[in-house]
Amino acid sequence: MTSPSQAAAAGAGGSSPLDPLNITPDGGGDSGKLVGRSPGQLMWRRFKRDRTGVISAFIVLFFLLVAVAAPLISKLYGKDPTTTYGLDRPGLLNEFGYPIRPNGGISGDFWFGIEPTLGRDVFTQLVYGIRTSLLIAAIATLLCVATGVLIGVTAGYIGGRTDYFLGRFIDLLLAFPSQLSFVAFTPVVYSLFVSPEKETPTYLRVMTLILVLWLLGWMGMARLLRGQVLSLREREFVEAAKVTGASPWRIITKELLPNLWTPILVQTTLMLPTMVTVEAGLSFLGVGIVEPTPDWGRMFKAGADYYESDLTYIFFPGIAMIIFVVAFNLLGDSVRDAFDPKTNR
Amino acid sequence: MLRFLARRSLGALVIILLISAITFFLFFALPSEPALMSCGKNCTPDALAVINKNLGLDQPVPVQYWHYMTGIFAGRDLTVGHCPAPCFGYSFSNQQPVWGTIVDRYPTTLSLALGGAFVFLIVGVGFGMIAAARRGTVVDKLFSSLSLIGNSLQIYFVGVIALGLFVSGGLRILDEPGYHPFTENPGKWFMGMLLPWLVLSIIFVANYTRMTRSQMIEQLGEEHVRTARAKGLSRRAVFFRYAWRGALAPIVTIFGIDLGSLFGGAMITEFTFNLHGLGRLAVSSVTETDLPTLMAVMLVGCTAIVVANIIVDAAYAFIDPRVRLA
Repeated sequence: MTSPSQAAAAGAGGSSPLDPLNITPDGGGDSGKLVGRSPGQLMWRRFKRDRTGVISAFIVLFFLLVAVAAPLISKLYGKDPTTTYGLDRPGLLNEFGYPIRPNGGISGDFWFGIEPTLGRDVFTQLVYGIRTSLLIAAIATLLCVATGVLIGVTAGYIGGRTDYFLGRFIDLLLAFPSQLSFVAFTPVVYSLFVSPEKETPTYLRVMTLILVLWLLGWMGMARLLRGQVLSLREREFVEAAKVTGASPWRIITKELLPNLWTPILVQTTLMLPTMVTVEAGLSFLGVGIVEPTPDWGRMFKAGADYYESDLTYIFFPGIAMIIFVVAFNLLGDSVRDAFDPKTNR
Repeated sequence: MLRFLARRSLGALVIILLISAITFFLFFALPSEPALMSCGKNCTPDALAVINKNLGLDQPVPVQYWHYMTGIFAGRDLTVGHCPAPCFGYSFSNQQPVWGTIVDRYPTTLSLALGGAFVFLIVGVGFGMIAAARRGTVVDKLFSSLSLIGNSLQIYFVGVIALGLFVSGGLRILDEPGYHPFTENPGKWFMGMLLPWLVLSIIFVANYTRMTRSQMIEQLGEEHVRTARAKGLSRRAVFFRYAWRGALAPIVTIFGIDLGSLFGGAMITEFTFNLHGLGRLAVSSVTETDLPTLMAVMLVGCTAIVVANIIVDAAYAFIDPRVRLA
């Protein structure tokens, strides 16, 4: 929720220099006189002062950077995620297929050790794995957010029968056991495109995961925004816009949406890590990404297979995912604090 | 109360019917040849025709759905033989009645859900109340950071580490997790389920701690709590009798929903610990594209969720008398 002054300023479509509440008393020492700032600038200033938020933002950026620069990292490091080093070079794996060196075969050559049985490099697997996981999670999140915003705002703004039916539709989708449905519907979607006796190509697996995550993931966002729109709709600035003859499209985009950015942004930052973990869970269960595509969930699956002899292996995707999810959650909290300084945690 | 239950049960029935219809359609109408999934890799057209005939897949999908749904209540006659009353068809992969498999698997899921829920409810609500009582102190901050980390832990990581440490690795203090019927040997049942319970509850504890803490803090700021303090009741009495009661309602709501989804099978936990419950059954029927089993598991799962929702609403009115059931 934004404060009324922010809401009014945002509702007016940008900055309102005359609003006294929008002026920060401590100018940060850069100027003595009072300067008018837009809500966006204010939010940015508050965010920059939040040390936890900035650190987690850097961590999140780091993960994104690693995902984008995976080929470069792999080139500098001199290894790729598909070569079976352990099988090609003698002295890395013992006769049972487990790394000979302690701690999963960590060495100067293989920073995070080597994978049991196939002997691939864990570091590049992890780096390339971020790509797959993040790509799926990011696209699914964007689709969910777009759908949620569209349906939530429509239901809230139009109201009446539309709202009722959309609400019942959301109820119905929420009654699906979500995890079970993810698992159950993925093979159905596969079989839509590929006959069961053929191999499913990787791009299709990725698209299917995105589709399934999308179809059962947008309802929370829609519900939240519907509620927000319902209360915003009755506010004076919306009424004023209506009286001046603004079209519904203009009211939605210029009056309502600027007030919805906070919940949308906060929900998005919370949704993305959830998607990453759900996707990893699906691959862990064996219905998501399969060999040989690098993926975090698949690494968890492998780790669960090897745990008795090589427990080190699962720590790399495990720790990486904890850092990633914690950073994203903290970032979400900081974004909310920056947008709405009234909340106290 | 009775009217409420009747109305809600009717609504629940509609939801279950809709979900079953959607799922059935997705499973049996969308794939061009469902029988192909049952037939396997080396399939001849003759074998395919036999499967289609045996399973009634040569009929239109709405007719198939009708037979399926009536079969659940009245039983049905399939080519393979008569399938008695709760008939969910025959499994594609092992040709056994699906209902028998579910009845077989259900005690595991039930034990896992009840035990896990018991642990996370007690621990989570307890932590949350301690954090709220000691708000702003080191204890509170410790619980807050713990719940942040706990919230980002995943069963497929913690579970495997726990297995590695306590079962196979350095500290061999626990047996291989597994389900042993309670009626045969309660001690063995407890020891076999202990690790899955603890790991399952870790991810929930974080959530419940955070929720209980914020609810308690909100309640402690309410006017009736202040009045109770002002009339001279002790802090303890106010905390446990006034604030706690108000905080209970939302917790019960979330708890009911969580329990409902656990009754449908905790897939990742069952998979990690190799427990043969409903969740595990769902995963294996997906990998074997065993559509009848999958369909039945879906139905059980969504029934559990819908029923849990009704119970939660009824309990809500019981805890908070301001809520009227109409």
